[in-house]
Amino acid sequence: MTELSEVTRDDASLRRFLHGLPGVDQVGVEQRAAGLATRSIKKASKLWAIDTAISMVDLTTLEGADTPGKVRTLAAKARRPDAEYPEVPHVGAVCVYPDLVETAVTALVGSGVGVASVATAFPSGRSNRQVKIADTEMAVAAGASEIDMVIDRGAFLSGRYGQVYEEIVAVKAACGDAHLKVILETGELSTYDNVRRASWLALLAGGDFIKTSTGKVSPAATLPVTHVMLQAVRDWRDRTGQLRGVKPAGGIRNTKDAIRYLVAVHEVAGPEWLTPSLFRFGASSLLNDLLMQRRTQLEGHYSGPDYVTVD
Amino acid sequence: MTMGPENWHYAPAPESRDIANLKANYQMFVDGKFVDGAGEPLKTVNPATEEVLAEVSTASAADVDNAVKVARRAHDKVWGRMPGSERAKYLFRIARLVQERSRELAVLESLDNGKPIKESRDVDVPTAAAHFFYHAGWADKLGYAGFGPSPRSLGVAGQVIPWNFPLLMAAWKIAPALACGNTVVLKPAETTPLTALVLGEICQQAELPPGVVNILPGAGDVGSELVNHAGVDKVAFTGSTEVGKLIQRSLAGSGKKLTLELGGKAANIVFDDAPLDQAVEGIVNGIFFNQGHVCCAGSRLLVQESVAEELLEKLRQRVSTLRLGDPLDKNTDVGAINSKAQLDRIRELTESGDAEGADRWTSPCPVPDKGFFFAPTVFSGVQQSMRIAREEIFGPVLSVLTFRTPEEAVAKANNTPYGLSAGIWTEKGSRILWAAQRMRAGVVWSNTFNRFDPTAPFGGYQESGFGREGGRAGLEAYLDV
Repeated sequence: MTELSEVTRDDASLRRFLHGLPGVDQVGVEQRAAGLATRSIKKASKLWAIDTAISMVDLTTLEGADTPGKVRTLAAKARRPDAEYPEVPHVGAVCVYPDLVETAVTALVGSGVGVASVATAFPSGRSNRQVKIADTEMAVAAGASEIDMVIDRGAFLSGRYGQVYEEIVAVKAACGDAHLKVILETGELSTYDNVRRASWLALLAGGDFIKTSTGKVSPAATLPVTHVMLQAVRDWRDRTGQLRGVKPAGGIRNTKDAIRYLVAVHEVAGPEWLTPSLFRFGASSLLNDLLMQRRTQLEGHYSGPDYVTVD
Repeated sequence: MTMGPENWHYAPAPESRDIANLKANYQMFVDGKFVDGAGEPLKTVNPATEEVLAEVSTASAADVDNAVKVARRAHDKVWGRMPGSERAKYLFRIARLVQERSRELAVLESLDNGKPIKESRDVDVPTAAAHFFYHAGWADKLGYAGFGPSPRSLGVAGQVIPWNFPLLMAAWKIAPALACGNTVVLKPAETTPLTALVLGEICQQAELPPGVVNILPGAGDVGSELVNHAGVDKVAFTGSTEVGKLIQRSLAGSGKKLTLELGGKAANIVFDDAPLDQAVEGIVNGIFFNQGHVCCAGSRLLVQESVAEELLEKLRQRVSTLRLGDPLDKNTDVGAINSKAQLDRIRELTESGDAEGADRWTSPCPVPDKGFFFAPTVFSGVQQSMRIAREEIFGPVLSVLTFRTPEEAVAKANNTPYGLSAGIWTEKGSRILWAAQRMRAGVVWSNTFNRFDPTAPFGGYQESGFGREGGRAGLEAYLDV
């Protein structure tokens, strides 16, 4: 087996390595994802899954209309998702645009909730490198503990893997202590082979997490795409001993779906990934469905959306 | 137990056994009625708990004789004369009733057979319905099937089916026979008679004319009476090669048409450029689906030496996640071995693997104390000469062999007295075609395994039998051509 330090030496080596990865059979991976999605999770296992999923939510607002007020509301929800059940865990992080990081940091002081910021000309990534680095540095300086960057899909799809790699390395350097999540935007990569290659590229470049989507492109996260990414972090662990995380984002709206993802994490990557430090959901409406289903489990009946706060 | 990432166990999620409408006694289905047979009643057992599920009446020689006569009369007076478009209506009705009663059939099948509910629910029952739907479509189009302008039925079909897919095999046998205008006397397996008898109820519900379908439970002696009965025009048997040979010998010169679907020792060939993660899924599905009680199971894995170690490691990781246990639990992946006798055979053959020097690896999954269970097992370092590479184990046991070149893979894959199925795993299209052309096997899957469809003919080479079931080719066995 090639040494991993060798494969990133130049563009040609990187290309050889990425194209030498085993292919992904589309029919096979979709069949497996659909099969695993029939697991039936009940009672105590369901309650545990709901609490775990809540702790993995990156509560996200990425709109042009975002304001400090909106971010403060979201932060309050992140700290204490269900006011009537104080034992509900806080979410993993609040995810905002760079200019709102400071507001989020202030609102979340002492809560244990991370502040994630998208950066690098999110969501398209179409800018020059200086701007992307500056974007990242600004978010980090404002106190972001996690950076969600986008890869240059144009460079990736035209085969300039070295360029994509270097950019991730540069952003990682700009992150300092902040954790780096690398958004592959799988909806634009189109094939599972590309998802696998992009996953390895991001892992080789030092990404702490690989993330499916910006949420601005359809399709966003899907189960089969997440399977391929979970296989990548599992294979990375088998090869290097290091644990890296996965974050599906976009389109995961209810508890049933979230549990299907957790089952995939459990059975494809392994139980050690069932923690917010290695698996996150990028979502906004998911949290309330988790809270409603949690109450249903505890109270024995469904109460409806007016019994949880809108944000 | 408190849960955490390391022990997120799935709470039991059992399907309710009440759905099966299990009765204490079951009778034979003859001439449109349920009647007691004169044979010694048999007790059918739930292989997951070893409890007796029900007592089932069986046929005597006189019952067989009567059933064949009833079927003859139904053929000559009603069914054989009925226009195909009318026969189609009954078949469509049966198909819809199978769908309507699918949960009941699935739970009953899992109780009687031991297979996981997710398989009976998602594979056996829907595929059984699909066979009726598919053949219903043929009933009025037989003139366009390529066997002449108006091919005629044969008469009475005597059909003997195995215990591995009790309802599906019944559908697989009955649907084409009926579509082609034949009537049927069917003997379900001794250990799994229940769903076939519910199919008898469905025939009643569909108001199928009496005598068109007759179902006679019993052991091998009933099967022998049936296939040797002078009034039977066509024999269809699915089961062991040993019994298939006996049937062929006794039918020689009788003029009866015969199709046999027998054992297998299929090779699943994984080339070094295969999509490895999906190949692992295909291997698992190939050998652990239905506890490996599949005649076309991919029981021999032939893997290219250059990726053998990597593939085996992935395979062991994956097999370790298979959940063995209560067949009615929706999360069970591997259920119970159908009978004590089969479990003993699996044990005996795997012990021969140890004795002949293969390396045994067993999944660390917990195994229930009661019931007939066998943990998923992978033998590596298997050589062509070992019994576990040559004999059909019919259990959750995979034999792994390696090869160096495509030619060697083909030679090893074909080096078996059987020839029912094969799998080819590679990302290279030309290699799929190259290898498929050289496989002596009735079904060749590429980058998948164990996919069944009523439109695709199924059958074997050599000791795996002859004749095809399903598709246009499958009609030939039930027509006078």
